[in-house]
Amino acid sequence: MNLLEVRGLTTAFMTGRGEVNAIEEVSFSLKEGEILGIVGESGSGKSVTALTVMGLLPQPPARVAAGEVVFNGQNLTRMSDRDMQRIRGPGISMIFQEPMTSLNPVFSIGDQIMETIAAHERLSQADLRKRAIDMLDKVGIPSASKRLDDYPHQMSGGQRQRVMIAMALACNPKLLIADEPTTALDVTIQAQILDLLMDLRDEFGMAIMIITHNMGVIAETADRVLVMYAGRVIEEAPVAQVFDRPLHPYTRGLLECVPSLTEDKPRLVAIPGTLPEPARRPPGCRFAPRCSHALPACSEAIPGLELLEPAHTVACFRAQELAPA
Amino acid sequence: MSDVADAEGIALKREHPARATLRRLFRHRLFVTGLLLFGVIAVIAITAPWITTADPQRLSMRNKFLPPGEAWVFGTDNFGRSLWSRVVWGAQLSMIIGASVVGLNAVFGTLIGALAGYFRRLDNALMRVNDALMAFPAILLAIAVTSVLGPSTLNVILALSIVYIPRTARIVRSSVIVLREMEYVQAAVAAGAGHWRILRHHILPNAMAPMIVQLSFLFAYAVLSEATLSFLGVGAVPPTPTWGNIMAEGRDFMREAPWIITIPGVALMITVMGLNLLGDGLRDVLDPRLRIQQ
Amino acid sequence: MTTPLVTASGLSKHFEVGGGGFFGLRKAATLKAVDEVSFTINAGETLGLVGESGCGKSTLGRLLLRLIEPTSGTIAFDGNDITRIGRMEMRGYRRSMQIIFQDPYGALNPRMSVEDIIAEPLVIHGAKPGAETRKQVTQMLEKVGLPARALDRFPHEFSGGQRQRIGIARALVLHPRLIVCDEAVSALDVSVQAQIVNLLQDLQREMGLTYLFIAHDLSVVRHISDRVAVMYLGKVVEVADKKTIYAAPLHPYTQALIAAVPAQHPAQRSRGRRQRIAGDIPSALNPPSGCRFHTRCPHVMPVCRERAPELREAAAGHQVACHLTDI
Repeated sequence: MNLLEVRGLTTAFMTGRGEVNAIEEVSFSLKEGEILGIVGESGSGKSVTALTVMGLLPQPPARVAAGEVVFNGQNLTRMSDRDMQRIRGPGISMIFQEPMTSLNPVFSIGDQIMETIAAHERLSQADLRKRAIDMLDKVGIPSASKRLDDYPHQMSGGQRQRVMIAMALACNPKLLIADEPTTALDVTIQAQILDLLMDLRDEFGMAIMIITHNMGVIAETADRVLVMYAGRVIEEAPVAQVFDRPLHPYTRGLLECVPSLTEDKPRLVAIPGTLPEPARRPPGCRFAPRCSHALPACSEAIPGLELLEPAHTVACFRAQELAPA
Repeated sequence: MSDVADAEGIALKREHPARATLRRLFRHRLFVTGLLLFGVIAVIAITAPWITTADPQRLSMRNKFLPPGEAWVFGTDNFGRSLWSRVVWGAQLSMIIGASVVGLNAVFGTLIGALAGYFRRLDNALMRVNDALMAFPAILLAIAVTSVLGPSTLNVILALSIVYIPRTARIVRSSVIVLREMEYVQAAVAAGAGHWRILRHHILPNAMAPMIVQLSFLFAYAVLSEATLSFLGVGAVPPTPTWGNIMAEGRDFMREAPWIITIPGVALMITVMGLNLLGDGLRDVLDPRLRIQQ
Repeated sequence: MTTPLVTASGLSKHFEVGGGGFFGLRKAATLKAVDEVSFTINAGETLGLVGESGCGKSTLGRLLLRLIEPTSGTIAFDGNDITRIGRMEMRGYRRSMQIIFQDPYGALNPRMSVEDIIAEPLVIHGAKPGAETRKQVTQMLEKVGLPARALDRFPHEFSGGQRQRIGIARALVLHPRLIVCDEAVSALDVSVQAQIVNLLQDLQREMGLTYLFIAHDLSVVRHISDRVAVMYLGKVVEVADKKTIYAAPLHPYTQALIAAVPAQHPAQRSRGRRQRIAGDIPSALNPPSGCRFHTRCPHVMPVCRERAPELREAAAGHQVACHLTDI
């Protein structure tokens, strides 16, 4: 059985120009212990997908217009706020991009970790403290028992992100959602945090949904990849497939436009044009106006996801004919 | 060039930002209500010479304490003067004082705030003086200034300006400090722009929004404070018709002739409420911190 | 071919932090954002400047343009010392040196039209607003890939990539020789980033520009640069041509930095295979003694804690500041 099953999820936002779908018909699943990478640029809907799964979007203006999120056999989209609170923490927990603002500056990090545990488990103060120290130790904070009483401003960005991970893991979640967990960090720190996430997955066996705009982060961590563009999933495949045989022209473009660390390219292969804003998405295939392979038919209907190769689905009318041999 | 940036085209509908702001303002219900309330008082004040027939200062003991009715719209006061005339002329005086205080604040508040915010060397000196002035309760400082200068309309304007300019300067200064670090200001410096050009083209236009919001509230404070000063007898000298003077005189006859104190009170309330709604609307539309959330 | 356009010698910028107080009585701490940095940028080349946050690379870029005044050291532009010349004389040099910023939102004045934004440098240098200026602005706009109808638009009507093009047009309109690109593509989506990188390269060829390309993304820096300088806590620790520095970096920090870049294919996953440097970047307010990298360096020796290594020529055109290579 899949740990997480998202089917046909559409989340709409009320804006000044009427209701706009931030994501449309998003479907995917996640097994226990698996790392799913969701990659996309701004406006792709990758963060909205994560927040909808967590039930963290303010309603209104947001609304789940269609589809469902089934976690561990329970339908989250129809769950009350109270029940959802019980899922967050021991079921699903989340870490965010900005470790500066995700921690409360007026409480020590120990208090914040202990509070998270206390919300779900009845433990004595001494046990809470022990657990918190244990968690800090696990996420690689040196001399954890001394740092427990530190405040967020006394720590560096990388350490704060470690604290966030400790808080997220304090209740042994089955699924961890990491929304751009390393975007605000320097590369040497990013490498440490990515290593840490992988180590923790191996140790605790939780599933991870890692959301990023960085193909390198995907290459480093993901087992399976979901590529999103302008609110829709356009390709899904095991990680090696995505890098070796990308079938959607956008995925191919995304891989080609990144400069290499080892080879010389005379010129980057850029994708022309701009990412469409949610309220101004083109009709038909969202990528058609920027696609060098687009036909007139591409602007008329939205291509659905189709299974083209084993475990490899793609949403492109011309995927079959353009597929590399 | 093949990779021209606008595959979907730059937005087709175009509108000057100032126009877009106006459009949003006139769609803002509170702003429109405020504008209407304030507008009525402002029109009455401007047209005072034509809509009043009786001299607001002419005594007529025969007609004292007449209640509002057909002959005397708002009735008469304890000296038989037309209350309509007095309240309308009072409105004019309130508007003149409000507008003058706002005008002086716009000039000197901006000047001091911009100098302190832009030139770090001046900051400490200017702001310490500012803080000293702001340490006094506003109305006490105004009373102190008018008692030194003597009660008169001009002195009320001066007193209220001295009270409020430090507050305006502080608001301007804080936006200038933020704007000074913007990258477009750095770009102008890199292009060789001088201080004057940077202030005029890059800093002041962008500091206008919070300043306009502040000035609309300031207008309300000025009108209110002027009434307070007159009421306490340190404002314009009686028999000059100001709302504060009328209310001060009416206070003694609250039981026999309640309209004397009520009518200017209501006029004052309408003005202040109108200005506050107007200011709230301006803040919603102009203040970028709230606009980001859109 | 290699004539230096810019030469920085012993350039430092120290900021006083936390001083002041009511009577200026509180003692300030000194932040050495840039500390005794020397390097040259040759005419027509792109020098990449990489480093992690707080290493002083942005400050260094602004020092070269004298947007910030240096605490000590000298800057020579085209052989002339510009470190202490007056405001008016500096204005003449400003024509030749411009800057492109990171944030496409904060870099354009929201209350000015695109035409006014791009024309401003021309106007500052004496152009009269009118048909001739307008023609120059339109030409520049087309050069950066925007249509002439963008002229009377305002910044909020454009996407991030388009705004960055407007910023580039403003920097180029005076036909400068040196452009400091301060994280100029870092805030953009990758598909748009490639457009801007290509544009910068096209413009460099066309107009014979020299770039100081400041960025934290090592693969973009490798792509666009001829030579690369690596900074750590206010110091330049290594300079070499890009092939050498990426293939055979000498400084342990450069090695760690390159090893930390995520793989470009899942088959090259770095976890467990590559050496990681532990720990965080120390605060620039209280940098480690001796070599500033010694707290994180896997090859640290006793001498590293005591004496700061000098930037020395290890091979032709390859400078490094490390005691390991001194022996």
